[in-house]
Amino acid sequence: MKRIFISFLVVFIISFCQNIKAFAYSTDPEKFISEIIDEAKLILNSKDNKETKAEKLSIIALKTVDVKGIGYYTLGKKRKEITEDQMDKYNKVFESYFLKSFTSRLTDYSDPKISVLSAEKINEKYTIVKSMLVKTDKKPEVKIDWRIYTKNPENPLIRDLIIEGLSLARTQKEEFASILSSNNNDINVLFSKLEEFINK
Amino acid sequence: MCLKPIKTFVFTSAFLVFCSFNSFAEEKYTANECFEKLSRGTLKFNVALDNTIFKPVAKGYRALPVPIRKGSSNFVGNLRSLLTFSNNILQGDFKGATNTAGRFAVNTTVGILGIFDPATKMGFEKKSREDFGQTLGVWGADTGCYFVLPILGPTTARDAIGMIGNVFVDPVYQVTHNTETDMVVGNDNLQEHNYFYYKGVDAVDFRSKNIESIESLQNNSIDFYASVKSLYLQNRAQKISNAPIADKEQDDSDWEEIDNQ
Repeated sequence: MKRIFISFLVVFIISFCQNIKAFAYSTDPEKFISEIIDEAKLILNSKDNKETKAEKLSIIALKTVDVKGIGYYTLGKKRKEITEDQMDKYNKVFESYFLKSFTSRLTDYSDPKISVLSAEKINEKYTIVKSMLVKTDKKPEVKIDWRIYTKNPENPLIRDLIIEGLSLARTQKEEFASILSSNNNDINVLFSKLEEFINK
Repeated sequence: MCLKPIKTFVFTSAFLVFCSFNSFAEEKYTANECFEKLSRGTLKFNVALDNTIFKPVAKGYRALPVPIRKGSSNFVGNLRSLLTFSNNILQGDFKGATNTAGRFAVNTTVGILGIFDPATKMGFEKKSREDFGQTLGVWGADTGCYFVLPILGPTTARDAIGMIGNVFVDPVYQVTHNTETDMVVGNDNLQEHNYFYYKGVDAVDFRSKNIESIESLQNNSIDFYASVKSLYLQNRAQKISNAPIADKEQDDSDWEEIDNQ
Protein backbone atom coordinates (compact mmCIF):
# COMPACT_ATOMS: atom_id res chain seq x y z
CA MET A 1 0.00 0.00 0.00
CA LYS A 2 2.81 2.34 0.97
CA ARG A 3 4.62 1.58 -2.29
CA ILE A 4 1.54 2.37 -4.34
CA PHE A 5 1.10 5.63 -2.46
CA ILE A 6 4.76 6.61 -3.01
CA SER A 7 4.64 5.77 -6.71
CA PHE A 8 1.44 7.85 -7.05
CA LEU A 9 3.15 10.68 -5.24
CA VAL A 10 6.20 10.47 -7.53
CA VAL A 11 4.02 10.40 -10.65
CA PHE A 12 2.03 13.37 -9.32
CA ILE A 13 5.16 15.40 -8.53
CA ILE A 14 6.70 14.67 -11.95
CA SER A 15 3.53 15.58 -13.83
CA PHE A 16 3.11 18.72 -11.69
CA CYS A 17 6.66 19.79 -12.51
CA GLN A 18 6.05 19.12 -16.21
CA ASN A 19 2.91 21.22 -16.07
CA ILE A 20 4.81 24.07 -14.49
CA LYS A 21 7.41 23.80 -17.21
CA ALA A 22 4.73 23.73 -19.88
CA PHE A 23 3.30 26.98 -18.53
CA ALA A 24 6.65 28.74 -18.16
CA TYR A 25 7.32 31.46 -20.71
CA SER A 26 10.66 32.12 -22.34
CA THR A 27 13.03 34.48 -20.54
CA ASP A 28 14.05 36.05 -23.86
CA PRO A 29 11.79 39.15 -24.16
CA GLU A 30 11.14 38.71 -27.88
CA LYS A 31 10.20 35.04 -27.53
CA PHE A 32 8.28 35.87 -24.35
CA ILE A 33 5.99 38.24 -26.28
CA SER A 34 5.70 35.84 -29.25
CA GLU A 35 4.56 33.08 -26.90
CA ILE A 36 1.99 35.31 -25.22
CA ILE A 37 0.64 36.45 -28.60
CA ASP A 38 0.38 32.86 -29.83
CA GLU A 39 -1.43 31.77 -26.69
CA ALA A 40 -3.80 34.74 -26.83
CA LYS A 41 -4.49 34.08 -30.54
CA LEU A 42 -5.51 30.48 -29.76
CA ILE A 43 -7.97 31.76 -27.18
CA LEU A 44 -9.34 34.54 -29.37
CA ASN A 45 -9.77 32.19 -32.36
CA SER A 46 -11.47 29.49 -30.26
CA LYS A 47 -15.22 28.93 -30.23
CA ASP A 48 -15.44 29.83 -26.54
CA ASN A 49 -17.88 32.52 -25.54
CA LYS A 50 -16.67 36.00 -24.62
CA GLU A 51 -16.70 35.32 -20.85
CA THR A 52 -14.63 32.13 -21.15
CA LYS A 53 -12.17 33.91 -23.43
CA ALA A 54 -11.90 36.73 -20.90
CA GLU A 55 -11.22 34.24 -18.08
CA LYS A 56 -8.47 32.50 -20.05
CA LEU A 57 -6.89 35.81 -21.08
CA SER A 58 -6.96 36.94 -17.45
CA ILE A 59 -4.90 33.89 -16.47
CA ILE A 60 -2.27 34.81 -19.06
CA ALA A 61 -2.29 38.45 -17.91
CA LEU A 62 -1.77 37.53 -14.27
CA LYS A 63 1.28 35.46 -15.21
CA THR A 64 2.88 37.88 -17.64
CA VAL A 65 1.88 41.42 -16.63
CA ASP A 66 3.18 43.28 -13.59
CA VAL A 67 -0.36 44.20 -12.54
CA LYS A 68 0.66 45.31 -9.04
CA GLY A 69 3.48 47.47 -10.40
CA ILE A 70 1.19 49.11 -12.96
CA GLY A 71 -1.33 49.69 -10.18
CA TYR A 72 1.28 51.51 -8.08
CA TYR A 73 2.44 53.51 -11.09
CA THR A 74 -1.05 54.60 -12.11
CA LEU A 75 -1.85 55.74 -8.58
CA GLY A 76 1.13 58.11 -8.73
CA LYS A 77 2.07 60.14 -5.67
CA LYS A 78 -1.28 59.36 -4.04
CA ARG A 79 0.02 55.95 -2.97
CA LYS A 80 2.20 57.65 -0.35
CA GLU A 81 -0.79 59.36 1.25
CA ILE A 82 -3.18 56.46 1.74
CA THR A 83 -3.37 53.95 4.61
CA GLU A 84 -2.29 50.32 4.37
CA ASP A 85 -5.92 49.15 4.34
CA GLN A 86 -6.72 51.54 1.52
CA MET A 87 -3.66 50.29 -0.35
CA ASP A 88 -4.81 46.67 0.05
CA LYS A 89 -8.26 47.62 -1.19
CA TYR A 90 -6.73 49.53 -4.10
CA ASN A 91 -4.59 46.54 -5.13
CA LYS A 92 -7.64 44.26 -5.20
CA VAL A 93 -9.91 46.70 -7.02
CA PHE A 94 -7.19 47.69 -9.48
CA GLU A 95 -6.49 44.06 -10.39
CA SER A 96 -10.16 43.43 -11.20
CA TYR A 97 -10.38 46.71 -13.10
CA PHE A 98 -7.20 46.00 -15.06
CA LEU A 99 -8.25 42.48 -16.03
CA LYS A 100 -11.69 43.60 -17.17
CA SER A 101 -10.30 46.52 -19.17
CA PHE A 102 -7.48 44.41 -20.64
CA THR A 103 -9.66 41.47 -21.67
CA SER A 104 -12.48 43.59 -23.06
CA ARG A 105 -10.01 45.44 -25.28
CA LEU A 106 -8.58 42.14 -26.53
CA THR A 107 -11.84 40.27 -27.07
CA ASP A 108 -12.80 42.97 -29.59
CA TYR A 109 -10.26 41.34 -31.89
CA SER A 110 -11.44 37.99 -33.23
CA ASP A 111 -8.41 37.14 -35.34
CA PRO A 112 -5.53 39.49 -34.62
CA LYS A 113 -2.42 39.10 -36.74
CA ILE A 114 0.49 40.49 -34.79
CA SER A 115 4.07 40.11 -35.98
CA VAL A 116 6.88 40.50 -33.48
CA LEU A 117 9.59 42.51 -35.24
CA SER A 118 12.52 43.11 -32.89
CA ALA A 119 13.65 43.75 -29.33
CA GLU A 120 15.79 46.55 -27.99
CA LYS A 121 17.29 46.64 -24.52
CA ILE A 122 17.01 50.30 -23.48
CA ASN A 123 18.62 49.87 -20.06
CA GLU A 124 19.25 47.26 -17.37
CA LYS A 125 15.61 47.24 -16.35
CA TYR A 126 13.71 47.55 -19.59
CA THR A 127 13.56 45.96 -23.01
CA ILE A 128 11.20 47.23 -25.68
CA VAL A 129 9.76 44.55 -27.94
CA LYS A 130 8.45 46.02 -31.18
CA SER A 131 5.51 44.42 -32.93
CA MET A 132 2.96 45.26 -35.58
CA LEU A 133 -0.75 44.57 -35.81
CA VAL A 134 -1.08 43.75 -39.50
CA LYS A 135 -3.44 45.99 -41.47
CA THR A 136 -6.73 44.74 -42.81
CA ASP A 137 -9.16 46.17 -45.36
CA LYS A 138 -10.82 48.13 -42.58
CA LYS A 139 -8.02 49.00 -40.18
CA PRO A 140 -4.57 50.44 -40.77
CA GLU A 141 -1.48 48.72 -39.41
CA VAL A 142 -0.77 49.53 -35.77
CA LYS A 143 2.64 49.63 -34.14
CA ILE A 144 2.59 48.03 -30.70
CA ASP A 145 5.63 48.27 -28.44
CA TRP A 146 5.77 46.17 -25.28
CA ARG A 147 7.71 47.64 -22.39
CA ILE A 148 9.16 44.63 -20.61
CA TYR A 149 10.56 44.88 -17.10
CA THR A 150 13.67 42.72 -17.12
CA LYS A 151 15.27 43.56 -13.78
CA ASN A 152 14.86 39.88 -12.94
CA PRO A 153 15.91 38.33 -16.27
CA GLU A 154 14.41 34.98 -15.21
CA ASN A 155 10.97 36.51 -14.85
CA PRO A 156 10.23 39.16 -17.48
CA LEU A 157 6.99 41.07 -16.96
CA ILE A 158 5.00 43.44 -19.16
CA ARG A 159 4.71 46.92 -17.69
CA ASP A 160 3.28 48.95 -20.53
CA LEU A 161 1.83 48.77 -24.00
CA ILE A 162 2.78 51.61 -26.30
CA ILE A 163 0.35 51.78 -29.18
CA GLU A 164 1.49 54.03 -32.04
CA GLY A 165 3.76 55.76 -29.55
CA LEU A 166 1.05 56.30 -26.94
CA SER A 167 1.58 54.75 -23.53
CA LEU A 168 -1.44 53.01 -22.02
CA ALA A 169 0.05 53.09 -18.50
CA ARG A 170 0.63 56.83 -18.71
CA THR A 171 -2.90 57.38 -20.06
CA GLN A 172 -4.36 55.37 -17.19
CA LYS A 173 -2.23 57.24 -14.68
CA GLU A 174 -3.48 60.59 -15.96
CA GLU A 175 -7.04 59.30 -15.95
CA PHE A 176 -6.75 58.38 -12.26
CA ALA A 177 -5.04 61.68 -11.44
CA SER A 178 -7.87 63.58 -13.13
CA ILE A 179 -10.52 61.71 -11.10
CA LEU A 180 -8.65 62.40 -7.87
CA SER A 181 -8.00 66.06 -8.59
CA SER A 182 -11.59 66.79 -9.53
CA ASN A 183 -12.87 65.05 -6.36
CA ASN A 184 -10.83 66.68 -3.58
CA ASN A 185 -8.18 63.97 -3.86
CA ASP A 186 -10.60 61.47 -2.29
CA ILE A 187 -9.42 57.90 -2.89
CA ASN A 188 -12.93 56.58 -2.16
CA VAL A 189 -14.25 58.31 -5.28
CA LEU A 190 -11.60 56.48 -7.32
CA PHE A 191 -12.63 53.19 -5.67
CA SER A 192 -16.28 53.76 -6.55
CA LYS A 193 -15.43 54.70 -10.17
CA LEU A 194 -13.35 51.55 -10.53
CA GLU A 195 -16.05 49.38 -8.93
CA GLU A 196 -18.64 50.96 -11.21
CA PHE A 197 -16.53 49.95 -14.22
CA ILE A 198 -16.00 46.41 -12.89
CA ASN A 199 -19.73 45.89 -12.32
CA LYS A 200 -21.02 47.39 -15.55
CA MET B 1 0.39 84.43 -55.01
CA CYS B 2 0.55 87.31 -52.59
CA LEU B 3 3.28 86.57 -50.06
CA LYS B 4 2.73 89.57 -47.82
CA PRO B 5 0.16 88.01 -45.43
CA ILE B 6 2.29 84.85 -45.16
CA LYS B 7 5.39 86.85 -44.30
CA THR B 8 3.47 88.95 -41.79
CA PHE B 9 2.04 85.86 -40.16
CA VAL B 10 5.36 84.02 -39.98
CA PHE B 11 7.13 87.00 -38.43
CA THR B 12 4.28 87.72 -36.00
CA SER B 13 4.02 84.13 -34.84
CA ALA B 14 7.80 83.86 -34.63
CA PHE B 15 7.78 86.92 -32.37
CA LEU B 16 4.98 85.49 -30.19
CA VAL B 17 6.72 82.15 -30.00
CA PHE B 18 10.04 83.63 -29.00
CA CYS B 19 8.26 85.59 -26.24
CA SER B 20 7.41 82.22 -24.67
CA PHE B 21 10.64 80.62 -25.84
CA ASN B 22 11.73 77.79 -23.65
CA SER B 23 15.14 76.90 -24.96
CA PHE B 24 16.03 73.21 -25.07
CA ALA B 25 12.95 72.42 -23.01
CA GLU B 26 11.84 68.81 -23.06
CA GLU B 27 8.45 68.52 -24.77
CA LYS B 28 5.82 68.08 -22.07
CA TYR B 29 3.25 65.31 -21.86
CA THR B 30 0.97 67.35 -19.61
CA ALA B 31 -0.71 70.73 -19.82
CA ASN B 32 -2.81 72.83 -17.50
CA GLU B 33 -6.47 73.28 -18.27
CA CYS B 34 -7.65 76.55 -19.82
CA PHE B 35 -11.30 76.10 -18.79
CA GLU B 36 -11.96 72.46 -17.89
CA LYS B 37 -15.72 72.64 -17.31
CA LEU B 38 -16.34 74.20 -20.69
CA SER B 39 -13.95 71.76 -22.37
CA ARG B 40 -15.71 68.77 -20.78
CA GLY B 41 -19.02 70.13 -22.06
CA THR B 42 -17.57 70.68 -25.53
CA LEU B 43 -16.22 67.13 -25.62
CA LYS B 44 -19.68 65.78 -24.77
CA PHE B 45 -21.12 67.91 -27.57
CA ASN B 46 -18.46 66.59 -29.98
CA VAL B 47 -19.18 62.97 -28.99
CA ALA B 48 -22.91 63.50 -29.59
CA LEU B 49 -22.17 65.13 -32.95
CA ASP B 50 -19.81 62.30 -33.82
CA ASN B 51 -22.42 59.66 -32.97
CA THR B 52 -25.04 61.46 -35.05
CA ILE B 53 -23.05 62.54 -38.08
CA PHE B 54 -19.36 61.68 -38.34
CA LYS B 55 -19.40 58.06 -37.21
CA PRO B 56 -22.30 57.03 -39.52
CA VAL B 57 -20.58 58.85 -42.42
CA ALA B 58 -17.30 57.09 -41.60
CA LYS B 59 -19.09 53.74 -41.51
CA GLY B 60 -20.67 54.50 -44.89
CA TYR B 61 -17.28 55.47 -46.27
CA ARG B 62 -15.85 52.20 -45.00
CA ALA B 63 -18.49 50.31 -46.95
CA LEU B 64 -17.00 51.63 -50.20
CA PRO B 65 -14.76 49.27 -52.20
CA VAL B 66 -11.15 49.16 -50.97
CA PRO B 67 -9.60 50.66 -54.17
CA ILE B 68 -11.88 53.73 -53.90
CA ARG B 69 -11.06 54.27 -50.23
CA LYS B 70 -7.36 53.71 -50.78
CA GLY B 71 -7.32 56.02 -53.80
CA SER B 72 -9.16 58.78 -51.90
CA SER B 73 -6.88 58.37 -48.90
CA ASN B 74 -3.78 58.56 -51.11
CA PHE B 75 -5.15 61.55 -53.04
CA VAL B 76 -5.87 63.70 -49.97
CA GLY B 77 -2.67 62.45 -48.32
CA ASN B 78 -0.71 63.65 -51.34
CA LEU B 79 -2.30 67.12 -51.16
CA ARG B 80 -1.73 67.20 -47.39
CA SER B 81 1.98 66.53 -47.95
CA LEU B 82 2.32 70.11 -49.26
CA LEU B 83 1.60 71.42 -45.76
CA THR B 84 4.14 68.95 -44.42
CA PHE B 85 6.68 70.26 -46.93
CA SER B 86 6.21 73.89 -45.80
CA ASN B 87 6.68 72.84 -42.20
CA ASN B 88 9.70 70.65 -42.98
CA ILE B 89 11.33 73.81 -44.34
CA LEU B 90 10.22 75.99 -41.41
CA GLN B 91 11.62 73.40 -39.00
CA GLY B 92 14.94 73.33 -40.83
CA ASP B 93 14.39 69.66 -41.68
CA PHE B 94 15.76 69.78 -45.22
CA LYS B 95 16.22 66.02 -45.46
CA GLY B 96 12.55 65.59 -44.59
CA ALA B 97 11.61 68.31 -47.08
CA THR B 98 13.51 66.52 -49.87
CA ASN B 99 11.73 63.27 -49.05
CA THR B 100 8.30 64.99 -48.95
CA ALA B 101 8.95 66.83 -52.23
CA GLY B 102 10.17 63.61 -53.87
CA ARG B 103 7.07 61.74 -52.75
CA PHE B 104 4.79 64.51 -54.01
CA ALA B 105 6.52 64.71 -57.41
CA VAL B 106 6.45 60.95 -57.97
CA ASN B 107 2.92 60.36 -56.68
CA THR B 108 1.45 63.33 -58.56
CA THR B 109 2.93 62.21 -61.88
CA VAL B 110 3.53 58.44 -61.90
CA GLY B 111 0.88 57.93 -59.23
CA ILE B 112 -1.77 59.81 -61.29
CA LEU B 113 -2.53 62.89 -59.15
CA GLY B 114 -1.65 61.00 -56.00
CA ILE B 115 -4.26 58.24 -56.34
CA PHE B 116 -1.48 55.63 -56.23
CA ASP B 117 1.62 55.59 -54.07
CA PRO B 118 4.57 54.41 -56.18
CA ALA B 119 6.90 56.70 -54.18
CA THR B 120 7.02 54.33 -51.21
CA LYS B 121 8.15 51.49 -53.48
CA MET B 122 10.79 53.79 -54.95
CA GLY B 123 12.31 54.39 -51.54
CA PHE B 124 10.64 57.68 -50.51
CA GLU B 125 9.62 56.78 -47.00
CA LYS B 126 6.09 57.64 -45.82
CA LYS B 127 6.70 59.81 -42.78
CA SER B 128 4.40 61.40 -40.26
CA ARG B 129 2.55 64.61 -41.13
CA GLU B 130 3.82 67.97 -39.99
CA ASP B 131 1.78 71.06 -39.18
CA PHE B 132 2.44 74.57 -37.95
CA GLY B 133 1.65 73.64 -34.32
CA GLN B 134 4.51 71.12 -34.50
CA THR B 135 6.73 73.74 -36.06
CA LEU B 136 6.02 76.10 -33.15
CA GLY B 137 6.90 73.21 -30.81
CA VAL B 138 10.17 72.58 -32.66
CA TRP B 139 10.97 76.29 -32.36
CA GLY B 140 10.58 75.92 -28.59
CA ALA B 141 7.11 77.38 -27.98
CA ASP B 142 5.52 76.21 -24.77
CA THR B 143 2.45 73.94 -25.06
CA GLY B 144 0.18 76.43 -23.32
CA CYS B 145 -3.07 75.37 -21.73
CA TYR B 146 -5.33 72.58 -22.98
CA PHE B 147 -8.90 72.93 -24.20
CA VAL B 148 -11.43 71.33 -26.54
CA LEU B 149 -12.82 73.08 -29.61
CA PRO B 150 -16.26 72.36 -31.02
CA ILE B 151 -15.98 69.93 -33.98
CA LEU B 152 -12.19 70.34 -34.27
CA GLY B 153 -11.56 68.55 -30.96
CA PRO B 154 -8.70 68.68 -28.44
CA THR B 155 -6.00 71.31 -28.75
CA THR B 156 -3.64 73.54 -26.79
CA ALA B 157 -3.00 77.27 -26.98
CA ARG B 158 0.07 76.59 -29.14
CA ASP B 159 -1.74 74.16 -31.44
CA ALA B 160 -4.67 76.55 -31.84
CA ILE B 161 -2.26 79.22 -33.09
CA GLY B 162 -0.78 76.47 -35.26
CA MET B 163 -4.19 75.76 -36.81
CA ILE B 164 -4.46 79.39 -37.88
CA GLY B 165 -0.87 79.27 -39.07
CA ASN B 166 -1.62 76.24 -41.24
CA VAL B 167 -3.86 78.41 -43.37
CA PHE B 168 -0.95 80.70 -44.20
CA VAL B 169 1.64 78.01 -44.92
CA ASP B 170 -0.63 75.48 -46.66
CA PRO B 171 -0.13 75.79 -50.44
CA VAL B 172 -3.48 74.06 -51.07
CA TYR B 173 -5.31 76.71 -49.04
CA GLN B 174 -3.41 79.50 -50.73
CA VAL B 175 -4.08 78.19 -54.22
CA THR B 176 -7.80 77.55 -53.62
CA HIS B 177 -8.34 80.90 -51.89
CA ASN B 178 -6.50 83.09 -54.31
CA THR B 179 -8.54 84.55 -57.14
CA GLU B 180 -5.40 85.39 -59.12
CA THR B 181 -4.63 81.65 -59.48
CA ASP B 182 -8.14 80.95 -60.76
CA MET B 183 -7.60 83.48 -63.51
CA VAL B 184 -4.23 82.05 -64.45
CA VAL B 185 -5.34 78.41 -64.46
CA GLY B 186 -8.70 79.32 -65.91
CA ASN B 187 -10.94 76.65 -64.42
CA ASP B 188 -13.14 76.02 -61.40
CA ASN B 189 -11.03 73.24 -59.86
CA LEU B 190 -9.22 75.63 -57.61
CA GLN B 191 -12.24 77.26 -56.02
CA GLU B 192 -12.50 77.67 -52.25
CA HIS B 193 -15.06 74.92 -51.65
CA ASN B 194 -12.62 72.33 -53.02
CA TYR B 195 -10.36 73.04 -50.07
CA PHE B 196 -13.20 72.10 -47.72
CA TYR B 197 -14.01 68.95 -49.72
CA TYR B 198 -10.38 67.92 -49.39
CA LYS B 199 -10.39 68.62 -45.63
CA GLY B 200 -13.71 66.77 -45.25
CA VAL B 201 -12.51 63.64 -47.06
CA ASP B 202 -9.32 63.68 -45.00
CA ALA B 203 -11.35 63.83 -41.77
CA VAL B 204 -13.76 61.07 -42.83
CA ASP B 205 -10.83 58.89 -43.92
CA PHE B 206 -9.18 59.34 -40.50
CA ARG B 207 -12.44 58.63 -38.64
CA SER B 208 -13.13 55.48 -40.68
CA LYS B 209 -9.69 54.10 -39.80
CA ASN B 210 -10.32 54.63 -36.09
CA ILE B 211 -13.90 53.45 -35.54
CA GLU B 212 -12.97 50.52 -33.28
CA SER B 213 -10.13 52.21 -31.43
CA ILE B 214 -12.27 55.21 -30.44
CA GLU B 215 -15.14 52.91 -29.46
CA SER B 216 -12.78 50.82 -27.33
CA LEU B 217 -11.42 53.94 -25.65
CA GLN B 218 -14.94 55.15 -24.87
CA ASN B 219 -15.95 51.76 -23.44
CA ASN B 220 -12.83 51.26 -21.36
CA SER B 221 -12.25 54.70 -19.90
CA ILE B 222 -13.45 55.68 -16.46
CA ASP B 223 -12.79 59.33 -17.39
CA PHE B 224 -12.98 59.64 -21.17
CA TYR B 225 -12.08 63.33 -21.11
CA ALA B 226 -8.82 62.64 -19.23
CA SER B 227 -7.94 59.75 -21.58
CA VAL B 228 -8.44 61.92 -24.66
CA LYS B 229 -6.35 64.69 -23.13
CA SER B 230 -3.51 62.33 -22.22
CA LEU B 231 -3.48 60.66 -25.64
CA TYR B 232 -3.63 63.99 -27.45
CA LEU B 233 -0.71 65.45 -25.51
CA GLN B 234 1.39 62.29 -25.85
CA ASN B 235 0.71 62.21 -29.57
CA ARG B 236 1.69 65.86 -30.04
CA ALA B 237 4.82 65.42 -27.92
CA GLN B 238 6.05 62.46 -29.95
CA LYS B 239 5.24 64.19 -33.23
CA ILE B 240 7.23 67.26 -32.24
CA SER B 241 10.23 65.26 -31.08
CA ASN B 242 9.75 62.79 -33.96
CA ALA B 243 10.43 59.92 -31.56
CA PRO B 244 8.00 57.56 -29.90
CA ILE B 245 7.82 57.53 -26.11
CA ALA B 246 9.25 54.02 -26.00
CA ASP B 247 12.49 55.16 -27.63
CA LYS B 248 13.07 57.88 -25.09
CA GLU B 249 14.42 57.81 -21.59
CA GLN B 250 11.11 59.03 -20.25
CA ASP B 251 10.56 60.49 -16.81
CA ASP B 252 10.25 57.23 -14.95
CA SER B 253 10.59 58.58 -11.43
CA ASP B 254 7.40 56.82 -10.35
CA TRP B 255 8.59 53.52 -11.78
CA GLU B 256 11.96 54.05 -10.10
CA GLU B 257 10.30 54.51 -6.73
CA ILE B 258 8.26 51.36 -7.20
CA ASP B 259 11.39 49.42 -8.15
CA ASN B 260 13.15 50.56 -5.01
CA GLN B 261 10.26 49.69 -2.68
